[in-house]
Amino acid sequence: MTPGAFEYHRPNTVEEALALIERFGDEGKVLAGGHSLVPMMKLRLAEPAHLIDINAVGGLRGIRGEAGAIVIGAATTQSEILNSGMLLEKCPILPEAAAQIADPQVRNCGTIGGNCANGDPGNDDPAIMMVLDASYVLRGPIGERQVSARKFYQGVYTTALEENELLIEIRIPAPAKGAGMAYRKLKRKVGDYAIAAAAAVLSMSGGRCTDAAIAITNVGDTALFVPAAANALQGTPVDATAIAAAAQAVMAAAEPVEDLRGTVEYRTAMAGQMTRQAIASALSRAVGS
Amino acid sequence: MSDTREMTLEEREATIGGIGTARKRKEDARFIRGQGNYVDDIKLPGMLHGDFVRSSHAHALVKSIDTEAALKVPGVLAVVTAKDLEPLNLHWMPTLAGDMAAVLADKKVHFQNQEIAFVVATDRYAATDGVQLVEVEYEALPPLIDPKTALDPGAPVIRDDVAENEEVGQGKRHHPNHIFEWQVGDEAATDAAFEAADITISEDILYPRCHPSPLETCGCVASMDAVNGKLTVYGTFQAPHVIRTVVSLITGLEESKIRIVSPDIGGGFGNKVGAYPGYICAAAASIVTGHPVKWIESRIDNLTSTAFARDYHMTGELAADKDGKILAVRAKVLADHGAFNTHAQPMKWPAGLFNILTGSYDIPVGHVKVDGVYTNKAPGGVAYRCSFRVTEAAYLIERLVDVLAQKTSVDKAEIRLRNFVQPEQFPYKSSLGWEYDSGDYPTALKKVLAAVDYEGLRREQAEKREKGELMGIGISTFTEIVGAGPVRNCDIVGLGMFDSCEIRVHPTGSVIARLGTKSQGQGHETTFAQIIATELGIPSDNITVEEGDTDTAPYGLGTYGSRSTPVAGAATARAARKIREKAKKIAAHVLEASVDDLEWDVDRFKVTGSDLSITMKAIAMAAYSNVPEDMEHGLETTDYYNPPNFTYPFGAYVCVVEIDRFTGDVKVRRFYALDDCGTRINPMVIDGQIHGGLTEAFGIALGQQIIYDETGNVLGANLMDYFLPTAVETPKWETDFTVTPCPHHPIGAKGIGESPNVGGVPAFTNAIVDAFAHLGVTHMPMPHTQGAVWRTLNELSLNK
Repeated sequence: MTPGAFEYHRPNTVEEALALIERFGDEGKVLAGGHSLVPMMKLRLAEPAHLIDINAVGGLRGIRGEAGAIVIGAATTQSEILNSGMLLEKCPILPEAAAQIADPQVRNCGTIGGNCANGDPGNDDPAIMMVLDASYVLRGPIGERQVSARKFYQGVYTTALEENELLIEIRIPAPAKGAGMAYRKLKRKVGDYAIAAAAAVLSMSGGRCTDAAIAITNVGDTALFVPAAANALQGTPVDATAIAAAAQAVMAAAEPVEDLRGTVEYRTAMAGQMTRQAIASALSRAVGS
Repeated sequence: MSDTREMTLEEREATIGGIGTARKRKEDARFIRGQGNYVDDIKLPGMLHGDFVRSSHAHALVKSIDTEAALKVPGVLAVVTAKDLEPLNLHWMPTLAGDMAAVLADKKVHFQNQEIAFVVATDRYAATDGVQLVEVEYEALPPLIDPKTALDPGAPVIRDDVAENEEVGQGKRHHPNHIFEWQVGDEAATDAAFEAADITISEDILYPRCHPSPLETCGCVASMDAVNGKLTVYGTFQAPHVIRTVVSLITGLEESKIRIVSPDIGGGFGNKVGAYPGYICAAAASIVTGHPVKWIESRIDNLTSTAFARDYHMTGELAADKDGKILAVRAKVLADHGAFNTHAQPMKWPAGLFNILTGSYDIPVGHVKVDGVYTNKAPGGVAYRCSFRVTEAAYLIERLVDVLAQKTSVDKAEIRLRNFVQPEQFPYKSSLGWEYDSGDYPTALKKVLAAVDYEGLRREQAEKREKGELMGIGISTFTEIVGAGPVRNCDIVGLGMFDSCEIRVHPTGSVIARLGTKSQGQGHETTFAQIIATELGIPSDNITVEEGDTDTAPYGLGTYGSRSTPVAGAATARAARKIREKAKKIAAHVLEASVDDLEWDVDRFKVTGSDLSITMKAIAMAAYSNVPEDMEHGLETTDYYNPPNFTYPFGAYVCVVEIDRFTGDVKVRRFYALDDCGTRINPMVIDGQIHGGLTEAFGIALGQQIIYDETGNVLGANLMDYFLPTAVETPKWETDFTVTPCPHHPIGAKGIGESPNVGGVPAFTNAIVDAFAHLGVTHMPMPHTQGAVWRTLNELSLNK
């Protein structure tokens, strides 16, 4: 449980960080909260020759409102998400999910950027970002680009992030007024990844669903955005029939592997069950239902 | 003469803080401030570090070990293999169970993560760098993972080294993978009782392989002093004296040239009783290099190589009449010991004290047969926070009683009341061979039933069932057998399982006491001081208790199996009483009174019918200055105590659960634990022990299992997968007690550390199964993970 030898770098600006990332290529790894990377290094499943610690980089941390958007710096910790009054008011699914990530010690270090960019299907924030239709701001040597969370994830630990890019911030379109949102996660214990988890956002008007988004965690190679589940809710009063149809759509999309969290059958069923719970909770929070 | 004249009797008693006082632990001050001194805190000048190359295979021949690249790593000094240890005869070591275990793989590996080579380096990082570069060439052999196939003709032979042996330390065997067969009870009479009975029930019950998983893993620092030829080993040893004797027997060093020191230990739970390859390799490396050598297990190493527990595949049966009165018990057990028999328990008992199987019940006849087998899994079979195999037995009988209740439609509390050994039957001789010392089971259960409003709970359960909701009420009324033990019954490598205490009273009236046991979090420094405080009238705060250094402590067999209070605690009381006898003579001398006219009064002797008295503090000074002419100076003694019997703590637990019928999630709504451990020395420490033991029981019942796939890969050997409950998952515990003193213990104490684990596990399973009892479910396999419970829900279509 000791890591291999590495060199440690602590850049102060995004430009310095990008230069180091470019210089070391696949020999380098970006260190933010370290709660995924450092355990991998201690197990020697990751042996980067260079660690590029971005914790001193200015401007990567913080939560701010812009016209029509919420912007979260990549190095913002889960604790900061959890304790943000602005998020609690405008986008409560983020603090709700943060509270379900690991324990306070991990949340004090772990960052939302790491959670989103790591590409581990067990991470919780990707599904949240999918239902919120967030975009990731990626900066590389030739400039910045934005990639939708719904298109960012390609496989286990494989994302649209290029080797020479850094996730700078996450831009979330301001959720519609009155939208209800919820994240439901079933796990074995604190600190564990989800057996299955589901994120739901829905808007209601006149007792009918006008907009919905559903995504699920840790039941596939990546978080899965499930449009068919949202479609099952659209235009309905989100009654038992519609919720059952949405859960069915989620279970059809889920592709979990069997592990100590459960069999394929169980984890698929739990993806459906968490979806039911998330929709029911989001519905109860939505104005106009 | 009194120096506390101004104090009232109550104040004097409070000052002493003796038996029965709920006082905070002396140990807490250093532990909660991070100032404990654990083995990994020990840093000696020039100290080197060792780490193991481990097997990636469960069963394979080792064709070659190439150390060349590893030896080129800067800082790597040596790579030790079996070939290097062989000339010293250290490549194999005897186990506490009479078997042999490989120190480093000798020609073959027997389980995944078995130790193959020991890399010694100047720091831990270099050692691991070296480990990565050692190349081992294997020739894979078919692995044997399922113990049920171990005795098949043609099964892969795991232990070539003993394949032809008629026995491997515990009696005759009949197959190369067979370790022992052990039977107890009257088979013919039991079979006849089953033939004649109106009702019989049978259930296959697995107590899965789990692991004690103490917070601190195993480790040591071995330091050979080349000048005086003395080997000192600091380590995580629950039984330091036994380790010293074993090290002497293995290495040939005289015991006088070996010092074993157990510093603070971060939990043991049976994991730290035995001897491990790391200890031998660190000692050998220190002898060879002349430097101290440290070895500290990683969490993965701990979970995969040192001492698992349980893995008992049991079939239990009860015969009864129509009213649920039990007439006979029968059990057949297949015990999976892994690749080497390294269970740690009294050597005459290959299946431990499993014949406590009759539990709290008056069962006229019974028969038990246990077969131990080898498999390609990590070796062990230790007692994880329980007396030897007592938790397996308690689990089986408590489950079987519930199954019988369901079969006979007798309430689960009522069936226990009908079958209890009654208070007037003590001392009670069980049909499987034990003599229970004391108990009052009906009082304990009735007190708990009243406290939880048992009838109200059953009414609520019936209402919930009407609505399709799942609520379960689990009862466990267990009896333990602890305090090993009587030397006629119990030995380890020939050493009788007595224990010891040495007490020295200093001239100014403070005390140091040393014992042969070793606390790993049990609070010995507090509780043993309280025994002495009461016996000698000296404040607990002025009594230092020391354990764990074989150069200073009297010989003892260590701490496990709830033996410290029953055995060493008894030695402590007896040693104190010997001192008080001498003190009485000194008091008579100083007071110029007759010994017969003196009476003991909390902290002093007084002359009956007069104001004359002398405190223990004053007597202590007199012991060094003014003793009778025919008396030696000083005030100290040692007691070696061989208990006449085991002790039999018991308890009554009720657990109430609610089950989410869609997810399988089990919510423990209430857990009420009444324990009777005889005389209560420190109620606060007892509560702490119960909270800890119940939390471990909760962990075992709800999630702990060391799982192997069919090729022998051990799965989930980390704390994300292996379920150590955190404060978030842990239910609230309610505790209660009755006091039925042990008649043969000097202060009537029985031991408490293991009751909550032994009694807790069946309470959880009984509650969970009870939630499904109305649907005909009689057993559900442990651990009751969400997925496992959901399987039952799904099979019964309750999740729709």
